[in-house]
Amino acid sequence: MIGIEHYLVVGAILFVLGVLGIFLNRKNVIVILMAVELILLAVNINLVAFSAFMDDLVGQVFAMMVLTVAAAEAAIGLAILVIYYRGRGTIAVDDVNRMKG
Amino acid sequence: MDFSRSFALVAPELLLTATGLLLLLVAAWGGDKQARPIAILAVTALFGAGFLLVPGLHSGVEGVDTFAFGGLMAIDSFALFAKALIYLAAIGALVVAPAFFNSDAAGAERGLRAEFSVLVVFAVLGMSIMVSASDLLTLYLGLELNSLAAYVLASILRQDQRSAEAGLKYFVLGALASGILLYGMSLLYGFTGTTDFDGLRVALSGELSTGQLFGLIFVLAGLAFKVAAVPFHMWTPDVYEGAPTPVTAFFATAPKVAAVALTARVVFEVFGGQVAAWQQIVMFTALASIVFGALGAIGQDNLKRLLAYSSINNIGFILLGLAVANAAGASAMLVYLFIYVAMSLGSFVALLMLRGDDGDLFETFADIRGLAVTQPAIAWSLLFLMFSLAGIPPLLGFYSKFVVFQATVEAGLVAFAAIAIAASVIGAFYYIKFVKVMFFDDPVGVVTGKSGAAHWTVLFVTVVIISPLGYLLTPSLTDLADKAAAALFVAV
Repeated sequence: MIGIEHYLVVGAILFVLGVLGIFLNRKNVIVILMAVELILLAVNINLVAFSAFMDDLVGQVFAMMVLTVAAAEAAIGLAILVIYYRGRGTIAVDDVNRMKG
Repeated sequence: MDFSRSFALVAPELLLTATGLLLLLVAAWGGDKQARPIAILAVTALFGAGFLLVPGLHSGVEGVDTFAFGGLMAIDSFALFAKALIYLAAIGALVVAPAFFNSDAAGAERGLRAEFSVLVVFAVLGMSIMVSASDLLTLYLGLELNSLAAYVLASILRQDQRSAEAGLKYFVLGALASGILLYGMSLLYGFTGTTDFDGLRVALSGELSTGQLFGLIFVLAGLAFKVAAVPFHMWTPDVYEGAPTPVTAFFATAPKVAAVALTARVVFEVFGGQVAAWQQIVMFTALASIVFGALGAIGQDNLKRLLAYSSINNIGFILLGLAVANAAGASAMLVYLFIYVAMSLGSFVALLMLRGDDGDLFETFADIRGLAVTQPAIAWSLLFLMFSLAGIPPLLGFYSKFVVFQATVEAGLVAFAAIAIAASVIGAFYYIKFVKVMFFDDPVGVVTGKSGAAHWTVLFVTVVIISPLGYLLTPSLTDLADKAAAALFVAV
């Protein structure tokens, strides 16, 4: 039988993977955008699982809102990445260092 | 609750929504040629929204009457105070923008872009919703509306590599912060069964379960990111340095007010029954911000970076007022916030007025040597602003620190106040270095760039506010802040 705790564990694993993907990733910024999506999906799993187990609709409404905002966020993130690439010709994380201190 | 009353309560937000959408259409069809009329209309709309707040701000509104849309939003005195401050800060940042972008700024791109003002209006709308949030869902949507507009604003100078990099860094770390906050909210929802602030407070009033404790920590960490408090401050210097200066002036003022107000509402309304649990976290964050803000600024050569560390330091003092966890502390926090907005806006406007023949911005200490000889008016304004930021009497910056320390000491937290005072002495070093370089070093660069009347007006107004004349404001300011703080504690 699959209980709420299984869903929470999956959500927690995805969340940690997302956070690690942002901090440990040395390759390129696209991977960071994917990691951000992973974090938001982890939250959605949590919300929907809680909602289903408590018989309460609010969590599912919340998940829809999160999905919508995530789409807008990805669009803006990619747009910023495009103008960054035009200026620098690279999207390697190690090269994002014009400012330091 | 009938709908018409809810709509009447959110009239400022409705006005901003309508203006934002309308101006977006004008910008889409008219292009950058319409940038100036759009900016004027945006400022007018912000003034209009501000006037709608005045009646409630003076009479003091609180309690159940202030809930709109079945408890999703709370339009109480606290929200009105924060909104008034946000609108004023946004107007200040918006009126200085056209003259900045239209002058011969460094970089290939010239001219104010039409969407700049539209983005500011949407960001302000998001902040307005944030400070009124009375439900986790409203909180999230307001925060994201503000953040998404802010990411674009940071990278608005598309051809400037620093601006694009600032936008990218702000986006990645802002999205991470939203994710952490959201994960905390999902845990709170799951372990209490509600997203309503009042419901959450009731559900969280007993012993905290592990899931609830994790929810609290994640939510506070996400909010600390948004207010740029230590240990989640690392994005601030880069973003403040890279973003165009009017945008930096905006970031350092309005979103700070919104994020601090939101944090105050969350800790008092959601975690109102768990003061012991959050007080130590907020206190640690406050003191760490004060100390790291002061130490981090010492080695900086870039002035915008230095002011970024200064803002981290100031956020520490604001959070110190919050950590006192009573109405006096919250009121002191709001007074500090008002004075901080004036000082911060004034400093950044003074910085963006400094530019040379080729349009290059004067951004480092080497550039402002001997400014007192070449540009005495700006140098004296900066002298007042820096001494005020350092908290030297009789300037108003002293009063803001005084009220926060008073609230801290009266609550019996003397040791914490002592640490904060010691750190503010360290902080005085780089503010005074600023003045020393301007007044005692030999002049080098000559500031020749013309400054618009808007720049002088904003600089003059902020300097008058932080000058000793500002003490004339303090009785009414304290009165408004007390009413606003009282609204937070109605239900507790």
